[in-house]
Amino acid sequence: MSCYLTTGKHMSLYWSVLTVLLLLAITAPVALAFGFAGASAARSEFPPMRWFGKSYIAVVRGVPDIAFFLFFVIALDQAIEYLRHKALCPDWSEPIRQGNDFVVCQAAKMPLGEAPQWVHETYGFSLAVLTFAIVFGAFAANVLFGAMRAVPRAQLETAEAYGMTQRQTFWRILVPQMWVYALPGLSNLWMVLIKATPLLFLLGVEDIVYWARELGGTKTPRFTDYPHGDWRMWYFLALLVFYLLFTRVSEIVLDRIMARLTHGQATAAGEAQRKAAA
Amino acid sequence: MSCWQTIQDYGLRAVGIGERLLPREDFTLCQQFTLIGSGMIWNIYFGVFALILGFLLATALAMGKASSNRLLRKPSEWFIFVFRGSPLFIQFFFGYFLFLNLKNVSPIFDPFTAAWLGALIVLFLNTAAYSAEIFYGALLSIPKGDTEAADAYGMSGWSRFRRVIWPTMLRLAWPAYTNEAIFLFHATALVFFSGFPAWQQRGDALYYANYFADKTFNPFVPYPILAFYFILLTLVIVGVFGLVNSRLNKHLPQDLKPKLRLRPNLIR
Repeated sequence: MSCYLTTGKHMSLYWSVLTVLLLLAITAPVALAFGFAGASAARSEFPPMRWFGKSYIAVVRGVPDIAFFLFFVIALDQAIEYLRHKALCPDWSEPIRQGNDFVVCQAAKMPLGEAPQWVHETYGFSLAVLTFAIVFGAFAANVLFGAMRAVPRAQLETAEAYGMTQRQTFWRILVPQMWVYALPGLSNLWMVLIKATPLLFLLGVEDIVYWARELGGTKTPRFTDYPHGDWRMWYFLALLVFYLLFTRVSEIVLDRIMARLTHGQATAAGEAQRKAAA
Repeated sequence: MSCWQTIQDYGLRAVGIGERLLPREDFTLCQQFTLIGSGMIWNIYFGVFALILGFLLATALAMGKASSNRLLRKPSEWFIFVFRGSPLFIQFFFGYFLFLNLKNVSPIFDPFTAAWLGALIVLFLNTAAYSAEIFYGALLSIPKGDTEAADAYGMSGWSRFRRVIWPTMLRLAWPAYTNEAIFLFHATALVFFSGFPAWQQRGDALYYANYFADKTFNPFVPYPILAFYFILLTLVIVGVFGLVNSRLNKHLPQDLKPKLRLRPNLIR
């Protein structure tokens, strides 16, 4: 049994778990940055900026996320190749869209045709990360936008009374205080992000879903030392348990962070903490 | 070929009526609109049936989770945890392969491997768990005065549940439940990407949108069309649920009515 679980392909399965964790580790901060930018744009004084921020939030949230995943991967790929094409091959005369084909010059191919395999994989992975960040950035923007408005008005007025400029008020008063209001929404988003990671499979990354299908499929004695029937059900059961555990652990950790952040805040939960301590 | 002709040929393609062959080249805008729209039939089918069945189970689960009886509470809690804690995508895969294995045991399970039944069951259980959590939250926030008033009128058991607890629970849960409904319709787009085969290319809207994007290598037409349909569907859901919401709040003074606040911001 332990021999079976350590075959080369199973090792790939374990590596793909790391891929998922890596995706989460990169996407979460990037999406948060997108969200912060989106939320700041949505409450900007400058109308076009505000419209841009608001429509970014509204459009991404109104459409099934999976449609966005499928859309952005092709769209981003084509956008990058188009830009490179314009920059690298200025004297190319044929149109880029020829009927059903998308044609760019050889030098503009992304990644380059002769690039090694790992470059292709990394490129695919970073497209996936960017896509996740764009979609989850919109959700995060929505949460942060709400959190910025939840900071008590009196706090900002006090800052202004002290003679702080708009920028100072924003960075020194609003941003530090908004996290406690944003955390419930953000932790919810984190759970959702965990549960969206299997969609990586649809973006062409060889993730755990891919390997579970691959390894679970019927194996004949001709190709492997460990023939077995259709075990995909058991592999997916294992994935199910993996995600359940992951969610549970996240829940516990996030509860701790919330308790830490609530400390000393003028909210009902903060009040309860003070009473419990006294 | 005129657009009217295309609509006749492909309008019901998703349920197997009309032309057998999908268009292969020279895709017109009309074809894309028609086929993706015809795929929406499946999205609406999955959404509506899962929602109706899920509503019934969710009420039972919420009552179970709020019950003081351990034998009722524990299973409900576990059910909700399992279906809310794991990705829908994995649930679809697991469900599909489970049904495949069951099919070998007995031919009764044949239809379960088809999307129309198998995927519906997975969606039904999933939405039941999410709705149950919403209903449970609402159940806990029923004003104490309401149940005390019911007690004072001598109501108990079924009549108290039917006349006081259940309507109040629904009223409190309705805005969140609307979000859940929107979100469920979005989740239906996953069905044909998660193991369940699209038999004779009868797929849902995303299946056709993906088909066009693959063939033309141009995502900028089919996906916006899909987005258009989904936004339309979302508006319809908001409208219908808004009507129910005003009905549930009919007895309240006008300015106290909670407005529907929509935040469909979840993904499974």
